[in-house]
Amino acid sequence: MSDLAVQAELGLGARRLAARLPRRIGIAEGLAAALALFLVVAALAPQLVAPGNPLAIDPLSAFQSPSAGHLFGTDESGRDIYTRVIHGAGNSLLIGVLATAIGLGFGVVLGTMAGMLGRVVDFSVNRVLEVLFAFPGLLLALLVIVIYGPGVATATLAVGLSTAPGYARIIRSQLVSVRSSPFVEAATVQGLTPWRILTRHILPNTLAPLVVLATLGIGQAIVWATALSYLGLGAQPPAAEWGAMLSAGRTYITSAWWMSFFPGLFIVLTAVSATALGRAIERRMRHA
Amino acid sequence: MLRLVAARLGGAAFVLWAVATLTFFAVRLIPGDPAEAILGGPGSQASAEAMASVRAEYGLDQPLFVQYLAQLGRLATGDLGRSYALKMDVAPLVFGQLGGTLVLAGLSLALAWVIALVLATWSTRGGRLAARVGSGLEIVAASLPHFWLATALIVLFSIWLGVLPPISTVGPAGLVLPVLTLAMPLAGFLGQIMREPLLAALESPFVLSARARGEGPRGIRWTHAIRHAALPAISLSGWAFGSLISGAVVVETVFARPGLGRTLLNAVTVRDVPVVVGVVLVVAVAYILMTLATDLASRIADPRLRPAP
Repeated sequence: MSDLAVQAELGLGARRLAARLPRRIGIAEGLAAALALFLVVAALAPQLVAPGNPLAIDPLSAFQSPSAGHLFGTDESGRDIYTRVIHGAGNSLLIGVLATAIGLGFGVVLGTMAGMLGRVVDFSVNRVLEVLFAFPGLLLALLVIVIYGPGVATATLAVGLSTAPGYARIIRSQLVSVRSSPFVEAATVQGLTPWRILTRHILPNTLAPLVVLATLGIGQAIVWATALSYLGLGAQPPAAEWGAMLSAGRTYITSAWWMSFFPGLFIVLTAVSATALGRAIERRMRHA
Repeated sequence: MLRLVAARLGGAAFVLWAVATLTFFAVRLIPGDPAEAILGGPGSQASAEAMASVRAEYGLDQPLFVQYLAQLGRLATGDLGRSYALKMDVAPLVFGQLGGTLVLAGLSLALAWVIALVLATWSTRGGRLAARVGSGLEIVAASLPHFWLATALIVLFSIWLGVLPPISTVGPAGLVLPVLTLAMPLAGFLGQIMREPLLAALESPFVLSARARGEGPRGIRWTHAIRHAALPAISLSGWAFGSLISGAVVVETVFARPGLGRTLLNAVTVRDVPVVVGVVLVVAVAYILMTLATDLASRIADPRLRPAP
């Protein structure tokens, strides 16, 4: 049996995923997908859904509550909150995607090293991960910020680095289980080189579940990055970024709740749709 | 059991040493002269003599390796150094704030467990619709950012209803909103983790045999099935505790509640390195102890993990 035939018989994870996508879509999944699509459009072409200027001030119409003219109301300088929230999608999504990419990148490298390079490397990488896990949540991110100073770039790096250990551990355990599966044994018996087995057989089957991890991770990364901005350590006002907008709205919380409510609502919606999409993909892969 | 505890303690000691080493060298990555940072940063225009005397006082003129050993020695005796900004010792500062944060995290963890258990058991009993609603609620709750949830709760309970203080005052009333803020997202996570093992346990043969013996659905749910649902959540409680401490940074800031998280944030903002390192080390110790405790707790809750006699 040729290399190709084995693959065709067992089916690669990624190909299996693609084949399963056109199935019946549930209401919750459809809503999540529509929401995600809207956010992506808002991020890539904000002018399409909010034609105004997010930084244009109009002191005469400051602190207006939500109305037909200003859907989400206005802030202390009369800037339209709806326009700012939509234009903020780009910043917030970009930070989330980049942070997830950084976390996954480190996670894949560390996890692959631990899973493939023998027991000594596995042991060492696991100890390193254990040490990184001892800095829970935002703590590692805060340590990175204290070293490199606050700002959008540092916040992104910080969130990415603090998610990396989690990814590394999942990828390692995935690799270990794939490595001992029958089709890898078959490839070894056929006399394929270890490199070919790794790149053609093990990695594709390990990385397919990463689609799920990444989707779930982007939501969480956005929540963390906006938290850093909210604390004044990421994006700074008057930038149209959700965390920074929430932080600015805090001062006026008693009189102008809409300044804080709508940016936060979009953070929640983004995180919920990312989680729902990730879960949906996961279900499809499991039942494939 | 005793050998296991000893092995775990050894592992914990290694992690502690590595954390101390990592923070020591990470701090050296900070651009700029540490002596200048102690004297108030580049804006202070400190004189050369002042810099030299600070270097001598803090041992910064010694070789790096000597400084490292001295640091480990100080840490072993519980000395966390002196704050740059507050001009006081870090250890009393950090330990003074630790209690309030531990109370906050402990209460939140307990409340999250109660919410997650009630939600999971209710929604696995009530048919398909309840299951949908339950898992939807869990996903939304888990996605709620602390800073926004805190703001929403303040608007609702303090400004509109006027029943709870928006600032965490001394006394139980001031604790309600911060604990709710921390517990709700965590309950969403724990509930998601409990749901599947709970469903699997309810369909397993031992539940059938318990039914055949005449046990009621309530007894089965709360004595047999709950054990299986709780296991993964128990082993995740170490992680949950860590995420609560990290959430405390936000929650203590929003509710103006004194604590470790707020101390950490203030120190990060003014780059008060010894305080940041001190808080991070103390949290790491607490986290390691908590992981150790949950590890032992899962062994008590799950007889399969115990070594055969």
